Amino acid sequence: MGDVTTIALMGNPNVGKSTLFNALTGMRQHTGNWPGKTVARAEGSFSYNGRDYLMVDLPGCYSLMAHSAEEEVARDYILSGAADLIIVVCDATCLERNLNLVLQTLEMTDRVLVCVNLMDEAKRNGISIDLPRLSHRLGVPVVGLTARSKEGPSLILPAIDNALKAENTPLRPSYPQPISEAVNRLTPFIPERNKAQRKYIALRLLDGTNYPGNDDFALKKQLGSTRNELLEKGMDIQAVNDQITAEISGLAHYICCNTVCRQISSFSRDRRIDRLLTGPVLGFPAMLLLLAGILWLTIIGANYPSQLLSSLLFGLQDRLLEVCQHTVLPPWLYEMLLLGVYRVVAWVVAVMLPPMAIFFPLFTLLEDLGYLPRVAFNLDRCFKGCRACGKQALTMCMGFGCNAVGVTGCRIIDSPRERLIAVITNSFVPCNGRFPTLIAIISMFFVSARGGFRSSVTSALLLTGVILLGILMTFGVSRLLSATLLKGVPSSFTLELPPYRPPQIGKVIIRSVLDRTVFVLGRAVCAAAPAGLIIWLMANLQPGGISLLSHCSAFLDPFARLLGLDGVILMAFILGFPANEIVIPVMLMAYMAQGTLIDYTGLEQLRALLIQNGWSWTTAVSMLLFSLMHWPCATTCMTIKKETGSLKWTLVSILTPAIIGMALCFVFNLAVRLFIP
Amino acid sequence: MKNRLCDISPGDTAVVSGMHAQGSIRRRLRDIGLVEGAEVECLMKSPLGDPVAYLIKGAVIALRREDAASVTVEEIRTWEM
Repeated sequence: MGDVTTIALMGNPNVGKSTLFNALTGMRQHTGNWPGKTVARAEGSFSYNGRDYLMVDLPGCYSLMAHSAEEEVARDYILSGAADLIIVVCDATCLERNLNLVLQTLEMTDRVLVCVNLMDEAKRNGISIDLPRLSHRLGVPVVGLTARSKEGPSLILPAIDNALKAENTPLRPSYPQPISEAVNRLTPFIPERNKAQRKYIALRLLDGTNYPGNDDFALKKQLGSTRNELLEKGMDIQAVNDQITAEISGLAHYICCNTVCRQISSFSRDRRIDRLLTGPVLGFPAMLLLLAGILWLTIIGANYPSQLLSSLLFGLQDRLLEVCQHTVLPPWLYEMLLLGVYRVVAWVVAVMLPPMAIFFPLFTLLEDLGYLPRVAFNLDRCFKGCRACGKQALTMCMGFGCNAVGVTGCRIIDSPRERLIAVITNSFVPCNGRFPTLIAIISMFFVSARGGFRSSVTSALLLTGVILLGILMTFGVSRLLSATLLKGVPSSFTLELPPYRPPQIGKVIIRSVLDRTVFVLGRAVCAAAPAGLIIWLMANLQPGGISLLSHCSAFLDPFARLLGLDGVILMAFILGFPANEIVIPVMLMAYMAQGTLIDYTGLEQLRALLIQNGWSWTTAVSMLLFSLMHWPCATTCMTIKKETGSLKWTLVSILTPAIIGMALCFVFNLAVRLFIP
Repeated sequence: MKNRLCDISPGDTAVVSGMHAQGSIRRRLRDIGLVEGAEVECLMKSPLGDPVAYLIKGAVIALRREDAASVTVEEIRTWEM
């Protein structure tokens, strides 16, 4: 090592740090058009001109005054001096606000390169930036680029090289006399720092920011007397704070004068779109229409590949079985592998994978476009009514992709109480792994079997209804938690609505289809294959003449009947704990092992199999309800444990949806028995 | 009674004159650019009337009514839409 140059990336949320990071390191940090995606520090490396670089992607923040965990991480990293160069990434479309962070960084270090990103977006919207003047005024190198374009990385690399050699004289704010005198009084008591850092720490001590290491006795004493002197001049901590922030934003304003030129009509297109998508008339219908539209595309898009995959995979299964019958292999071995392991993996791939691989990229496109923050904007009033945070709408949307990702995303919510509410309720929206289950049940039981346009629209609408129920439950449970376990009032809320960005359609589709396929196949091998093995063993081990499978399902049956399900379904949900997408395959396996074997040629056969096993429309409704609301999958549970650091809240997150789901199923079946003879 | 940011309507612009929020929300609002002298334009209300989106230093930021009420403004100008 030794010769590695360390570069840190920082900047406001959603300015393209991760895009730049990915472009330079070739890694695949999650990117998307909403603030707060990078929740943990990421590191990657690359080489340029025979030099090795380590790149650190710091979480986005508006300031370094350490109001939040992200800001503290970023500030401490810069103060540690671990980076040879700090790249502050700025958004060209709102440079002035971004300069706040640049100026705060310059107060701590002069090893800074300012990277003005999104130059294309600024140009498109009539904003021009005089980069040489900006560099001259800031006193550090400045590079302008578009990180998403092909040329982006090729512009930044030489700029990094030059910036490492540059001698900088950064612009630093000069504070009013009382403050600068107070700073001079404190700096001698702050050890082991260079001049700029000592001044910076003194300022933070004066404005009341927590700073680790300020427990030194002499320093404390000096701080107390200096504060008293300021108080005598009529400046309390808040006044000092206001003076400092006013000084910095005044300086940012000055830098932008004659540097940034803005046409009056900037972003008029965005305003027009927003007036439609968040307007009083169309706001909610547009959300519903988009949701239903995506689901419809998923349903019709998945149909054909699903049939193709199943005829291919199950055809192969029969061929393999034939081949094995002519070998010396013992029948139990190849039957276990083919009818147990292979078959359940084939189910997952044929029935579950296509909808997942189609829904995910569509959802990613919406995310890239910048629509998700608008959803949060529209729904915030509802969340406020539930005493929760509007950003929960963002984490809820992420939950559609994957509940574990949604739970991690809850870090964007500042208030711990509201964050816990978002974590606990996240699994009330069906994740990508549960969509295919819902789609399959709806298509089998509630839509005419003929297929075609009308039935796909009906399926999409019914599925939208199921999801709306999940969202309603999210609201209800959030309100309930606010009144019981997590009492409190809603805290403050600021949400940035980023400009709409044309998504890179081709790239998104290809990448997320491939990523999704690899991901699902990986999980299929890890979760579905063992589950298939277990089911096969349970069906074929017959102590006392009755298979273990019958024993287990008979054991679970009485309870499951109360919920309108049966023992096999409940067992499938239990075995599906590692991954929700194996619930239906496991259930089908179990039914097949008990009854006659049929070859899969389409959903009609499945429907016949289910009806043969006693399914009715009430079973189907109960199955829908229970798929929507039961325990979160193992990955999500582990993520919740990691995020909350508490076994208690993990248990609450598991029990809340489970109990509510069971209660709803029970009430539904009771109502059916009472009112429908 | 001073004018508050929450009282201006979509299409109006105003200049921030002060803030009486305390603690972390005060800092958060100042971070996003709501400092004395900053020009703010009210852009649009969400479908249910709250929150409201404002153009602050080139960025669109949504604030809840309670938070916008803590910001005082002056020089309100109304544009005919």
